[in-house]
Amino acid sequence: MRRQLELVVNGEARRLELEDQRSLLSVLRDDLGLYGAKYGCGEGHCGACTVLVDGVPRRSCTTQVGTVAGKEITTVEGLEHDGKLHPVQQAFLEEEAFQCGYCTCGMIMGACGLLRRNPRPTAAQIRTFLDGHLCRCGTYQRIVAAVQRASRLLQGAQP
Amino acid sequence: MANYAWPSRDEAQVIGKKTSRLDGVAKSTGTAKYTYDVNLKGQLIAKALGCPHAHCRITKIDTSPALRVPGVVHVEVLRDAGSEIEWQGEILAVVAAETEGAAAEGVKAIRVEYEPLDVFVKDYDLEAAERAGRTSSGGGRVQTEREPGPNDDEDKFADAEIERLLKASKYVVEGFYGIDPITHCCLEPHGSTVEFKDGKLLAYLSTQNVSGTDDGFARDLNLTASDVEVRCDYIGGGFGSKFAPDYWGVAAARISQKTGRPVKFMLDRDLELKLAGNRPSAYLKVRVGADENGVIQVWDSHHWGTGGATGGAVSQNVVPYVLVPKNYRRRVTNIKTNAAPARAWRAPNHPQACAISQTVIDDLARVMGKDSYDVFLANLVNATNGKADVYREQMRIAAELMGWKEKYHLHGKGPRNGSIVEGLGMALHTWGGAANNSSCTLRIRPDGSVESWCGTQDLGTGTRTVCAMVLAETFGLSPADVRVNIGSSKYPVSGASGGSTTVGGVSESHRRAAQDALEKLFALVAPKLEAQAEQLEAVGGRIRVKGAPQRSISWKEACALLGDMPLEVTQSYRSGTPSPLSSSQVAGVQMAHVAVDLETGVVRMKKFVAVQDQGLVINPKTCASQIYGGVCMGIAGALFEQRIMDPETGAFVNCELSDYRLPRLGDVGEIIVHLYEPDSERQRGVVGNGEPPVISPIAAISNAICNATGVRVPVAPYTPQRVLEALQRRA
Repeated sequence: MRRQLELVVNGEARRLELEDQRSLLSVLRDDLGLYGAKYGCGEGHCGACTVLVDGVPRRSCTTQVGTVAGKEITTVEGLEHDGKLHPVQQAFLEEEAFQCGYCTCGMIMGACGLLRRNPRPTAAQIRTFLDGHLCRCGTYQRIVAAVQRASRLLQGAQP
Repeated sequence: MANYAWPSRDEAQVIGKKTSRLDGVAKSTGTAKYTYDVNLKGQLIAKALGCPHAHCRITKIDTSPALRVPGVVHVEVLRDAGSEIEWQGEILAVVAAETEGAAAEGVKAIRVEYEPLDVFVKDYDLEAAERAGRTSSGGGRVQTEREPGPNDDEDKFADAEIERLLKASKYVVEGFYGIDPITHCCLEPHGSTVEFKDGKLLAYLSTQNVSGTDDGFARDLNLTASDVEVRCDYIGGGFGSKFAPDYWGVAAARISQKTGRPVKFMLDRDLELKLAGNRPSAYLKVRVGADENGVIQVWDSHHWGTGGATGGAVSQNVVPYVLVPKNYRRRVTNIKTNAAPARAWRAPNHPQACAISQTVIDDLARVMGKDSYDVFLANLVNATNGKADVYREQMRIAAELMGWKEKYHLHGKGPRNGSIVEGLGMALHTWGGAANNSSCTLRIRPDGSVESWCGTQDLGTGTRTVCAMVLAETFGLSPADVRVNIGSSKYPVSGASGGSTTVGGVSESHRRAAQDALEKLFALVAPKLEAQAEQLEAVGGRIRVKGAPQRSISWKEACALLGDMPLEVTQSYRSGTPSPLSSSQVAGVQMAHVAVDLETGVVRMKKFVAVQDQGLVINPKTCASQIYGGVCMGIAGALFEQRIMDPETGAFVNCELSDYRLPRLGDVGEIIVHLYEPDSERQRGVVGNGEPPVISPIAAISNAICNATGVRVPVAPYTPQRVLEALQRRA
């Protein structure tokens, strides 16, 4: 059904008239011009479209936009503050935890969700939590290292 | 002309140093624009109607209901009534609409009637393929130390000689090995956003071949290639499947031409898997005979497989793989199936050839009751690529990193921990990786800024960063000081990124252009420093006299001497030209450590070691990344990935990511990468390494499973079901 929705995306409230059954992914990309979340499979299996909804990782491709009205939606574009990269982004850069980069924004958002819930995850916990994310280029080992580095950065410890 | 060469390891300031990729920030902040992210004003969204049948004839196609769907603007019919369709997913028509939803509705509204035809997809079943008339010869070759006499029938002589050699062998192994087809499964599907305007086409295409796809569009649209610009700044995976505009890209361009609107057409996931690339299967029956040391003396094989509807099994030239005895007979049968044609899949032919022939060496070790390492070592005398010494040293390093000696046990003789047994396996590989054609235009402005243009592309391999590092090295600057422009067909022509040829090509063109430019700059600076141009060097942001570093001027001061005219140089490298900057032919050794659950058949990766030669390493950070990635893709092919087709209907039943299994973070175990770069290899110059690390994993993992269980699981992927079946056969 087409209706007025208030979306709070990266801290900014936006009123949009939308079909409320559309995917959050398509609204972010096609209506709001936020391309960080990617289409990979369209059914929630690859994680490339991951964003945070009230701080919790959600697959935006299988999330109907009407269900997240009024909730705090964070995309990768909302992570930087004062022109500085978020520690998770910084850690992914330093560990070179990507190749083609198509999965990276979703992976970073998944990692942000994990670190909010568990600031000091073990390698095994990282693997379990991010199990729903695919990296076809195969940078998994460096992704685990990046999340561990991000954890240290967020603690204020030396990476 | 400059004397092209790389600096020595001691002199190098930038190359050989771990350098973070220049596009890292863009990729981690969402600002990197992939083809899928390109939306043009007023664009139509296109969706495809894929054929539901694997083999049929279209008797009727009616698109008029689609045109009545609100929002649908155009329907492009690609296959008319009467067309024979030979694989499921083949695109019959493309619907372009104002929205994605309308395009999807339009696709659903098209009415098609089909006449079913016979389907064959059982590529593993040679006899069934013969009965179905789906086979053709793929060639073969016989080589024996003893030559047939002038009156001998060659075939009969070969039969007799092979039998004689097998009989004379101390050990004989007879076996069946195989590897199923897999898809490329790029995370960013194939597709494009195109705009036809004023007789020209702008195509944002997800491609590995920016410089080579303009003419593909042009031919169909009756344009010249000069009327087309192809752009690709970022690409979400290609792996050998994205070299062409593809007929669906051309269809999008045609719709744009007809409607006067930009068109965005990206494949949905199921069509991506069905159509946009797969790797041929390979199944092999073989007999080998070895001497008392385990050195294979005779090899007799027949392999078959399919590249889909166009046939095409794995080439006979790479079987047996790398280690080729003096006496061999090999033959190939191509099988035509109702599946989309195969495309180049990272290291075409090699992973399959390695998987079906280096498993034989491991079985020889099993039969002999010997350590696989020793049997591989003994068979290095059969290495046909002149790399036996390199393999020997790489094996030593890999074994140390793996802890092979400490962990190894004979096949099936290791301790059992509950239902878990562990094992080690190894394999080795080779690849060409010679530099591709590449051109680079370089501009140094009087303000000291440096900019380059090259029609190459960065698949995530780090090409941008390599270009910047080579320029920075040459000019004594840092990579951040140079601006690299790639990803447009309007830039100087550079080859497709396939076959590990890019790093060599762009290193050649950028180093040559930079050395030429520097020579010209030195000629301007020399009088200022009261020196000869040949005495100068560019180091640390300054141009200085060699041996007298105090006599120097800054890079900026030097560039100011250009006056108001920038210095512009274009240099090219032609593939195959002997050069001190690049080379070809690499060697690699890999070892796997797995744990197998004898009750469930589940195989877990514990550790994987990859030792890889690639000549001179420009950027160890991105170079190692390629190897990690290659190993992961190899693990995927060994344990997870499999295109599953219904044997009766030919339907691709796992064409969504929910069912098409790929490894996840917890599935790959520990991976150790060792860049093998002694002076002997570094002095060969740059060689590509995108393909080699993906070759050995399947054989190494198969061998590790066999070592753990004492049983060969014949066909990859080694799924729990197949492991259990193999264990039951032994029982």
